[in-house]
Amino acid sequence: MRELTYNEAAVEAVAEEMRRDQRIFYMSTDPIGPLLSEFGAERIRATPITEAALTGMAIGAAGCGFRPIVDWRQVTFCFVAMDQIVNQAAKIHYMFGGQVTFPILYRAAVGGGGQVAAQHSQSPYSMFMNVAGLKMFLPSTPYDMKGLLKTAIRDNNPVISFESGRLMTRKGPVPEDDYTIPLGKADIKRGGNDVTVVALAWLVHEALAAAEELAQEGISVEVVDPRTLVPLDKETIRNSVQKTCRLVVADEAGPTAGFSAEVAAVATEDSATFARLQAPVRRVCALQVPIPYSPVLENHVFPDRKRIMAGIREVLEGRRSAAAS
Amino acid sequence: MQSLSPNLPPDTQREMLRRMLTIRRFEERASADYLAGKIYGVVHCYIGEEAVAVGVCSALDRGDRIISTHRGHGHCIAKGADLNRMMAELYGRQTGYCKGKGGSMHIADFGIGMLGANGIVAGGIAIVTGAGLAAQMEGKGGVAVSFFGDGASNAGPFHECLNIAATWKLPMLYVCENNLYAAQTPAAATHALSDVAARAAGYGIPGVVVDGNDIFAVYQAANRAVDRARSGGGPSLIECKTYRWRAHTERRGQPDHRDPGEVEMWKGRDPIAQLARQLREQGDLDDLAMESMEREVIAALDAAVAFAEASPFPTPEQATEDAFAA
Repeated sequence: MRELTYNEAAVEAVAEEMRRDQRIFYMSTDPIGPLLSEFGAERIRATPITEAALTGMAIGAAGCGFRPIVDWRQVTFCFVAMDQIVNQAAKIHYMFGGQVTFPILYRAAVGGGGQVAAQHSQSPYSMFMNVAGLKMFLPSTPYDMKGLLKTAIRDNNPVISFESGRLMTRKGPVPEDDYTIPLGKADIKRGGNDVTVVALAWLVHEALAAAEELAQEGISVEVVDPRTLVPLDKETIRNSVQKTCRLVVADEAGPTAGFSAEVAAVATEDSATFARLQAPVRRVCALQVPIPYSPVLENHVFPDRKRIMAGIREVLEGRRSAAAS
Repeated sequence: MQSLSPNLPPDTQREMLRRMLTIRRFEERASADYLAGKIYGVVHCYIGEEAVAVGVCSALDRGDRIISTHRGHGHCIAKGADLNRMMAELYGRQTGYCKGKGGSMHIADFGIGMLGANGIVAGGIAIVTGAGLAAQMEGKGGVAVSFFGDGASNAGPFHECLNIAATWKLPMLYVCENNLYAAQTPAAATHALSDVAARAAGYGIPGVVVDGNDIFAVYQAANRAVDRARSGGGPSLIECKTYRWRAHTERRGQPDHRDPGEVEMWKGRDPIAQLARQLREQGDLDDLAMESMEREVIAALDAAVAFAEASPFPTPEQATEDAFAA
């Protein structure tokens, strides 16, 4: 199968959908070259640096029958538009009794690892997960990116596409044919029996590397990639934990009130899953600080495969001592 | 001094009067029913400012789109919203415009181009600018109107949207209802310039100040701006100087620090009485017609209240409906 980068897969998804549906248009402070040359300046709009206006204009255009895409580029830049995201986009369909739909895609790069310091290294998706009325996803592979993005563009609600900055140039197989991936469906990236690692984006790859290394020791790790944050595929997570009886959650964001906390709650508040747990849930997250600049500091703040392995060993501790006695 | 009547048929002029009267009586009723505990939350009255909504909307077609503020009943009625569904929404009933999920601050009717009242000051300006972009892309000559207050003119979205609308020549009217107070705070204490309209110069678009209690002045300014927008000339800013007769909200004990003499002075410039007087002077209205208009308006509101009271409340389970569209 041919390979595309994560970023190429996203651009291809947008281009295919724009060819399919004339109501789609794209607003960004920095238009994507290939899209601009194919679709022209009317549909690929170069905008002032005015995210609050763009974010809200998308709502109005969507309510009038268009299907706008707003590219915030980095999630950092959407914070000036929080009124439009939280008070307007998230609520308008519900608050007006569902009288019209608001199909909008917002795109935002997240994560760190680029030595660009605190303002440009952020993973704030759990803030948005907490707001009722928004769907959102965060893919880990080019394949998932394309399939999820196409679904999101066809969805009749505001959807946020969180996209991992670290993965933009990472390649992976993407079929030529038209396919979509439903929102709300997790993917088991590696099957295993001893422990479940629920991971997002870049940490899916770190978790897979950890699993590979631990396989040498006879530890069988299952890696679950939720892909969609809202709606979250609780069933796949619970089924996996019921099978392995142990859960590690890996997230590039900090732990406090985060995605990782949500996954821990998904496992522990379900009595059937809780009854099967044989160790406390372990979260492997960024340290709860703004992301620092110097590589020495940045690398210390982010979790990686080593910390995931340590987390896995920790939740397996009880099993080992039980086996030894 | 009321502007001369524009070249409009007498029926249209009487309809303008009827709409203004409907807004006033609707809100008097809403206020009374709110204080009686039949309407919940908060109600913001537009009484005294009716000429702005009706004057502007009289210059629009049904397909044109508007957005409103937290003080939104007037814009709904001016754009042709159904009184029954409005009142039912205030009463929190299933048959309301938002199925009881919005209330007074969030009435919308996209079917008539009313993109919603909005509880956030300046919150609607960007949304309706998107409707202006939609109208431009549709290419059918539609326009979009943002109603907002003097308070919103100090918020970021006002400036961002004027800039992008001017740059893209969007078919927009930005209508500032300058009622001289942002809640309790006098505009003079928060604006470096006395006229919001003067800011239009910074974006290279026309900015005009009109007497917002003079419906024909408002109508004519809106008409010029609509013509400009429809013909591709881009947006305009119209500042309507007006006054809110009532306190910021209808809540009992709502503070109102304004000078009572100032309030009385503005009541003396009642936009409804001014139009009625002018129609009488033109020979287009007499006592009989005025009385029958009053009776019809009251009857329509009685019917709206009866409809609301007869309508079922939502079931509790409906709280989880419409979170997402299919």
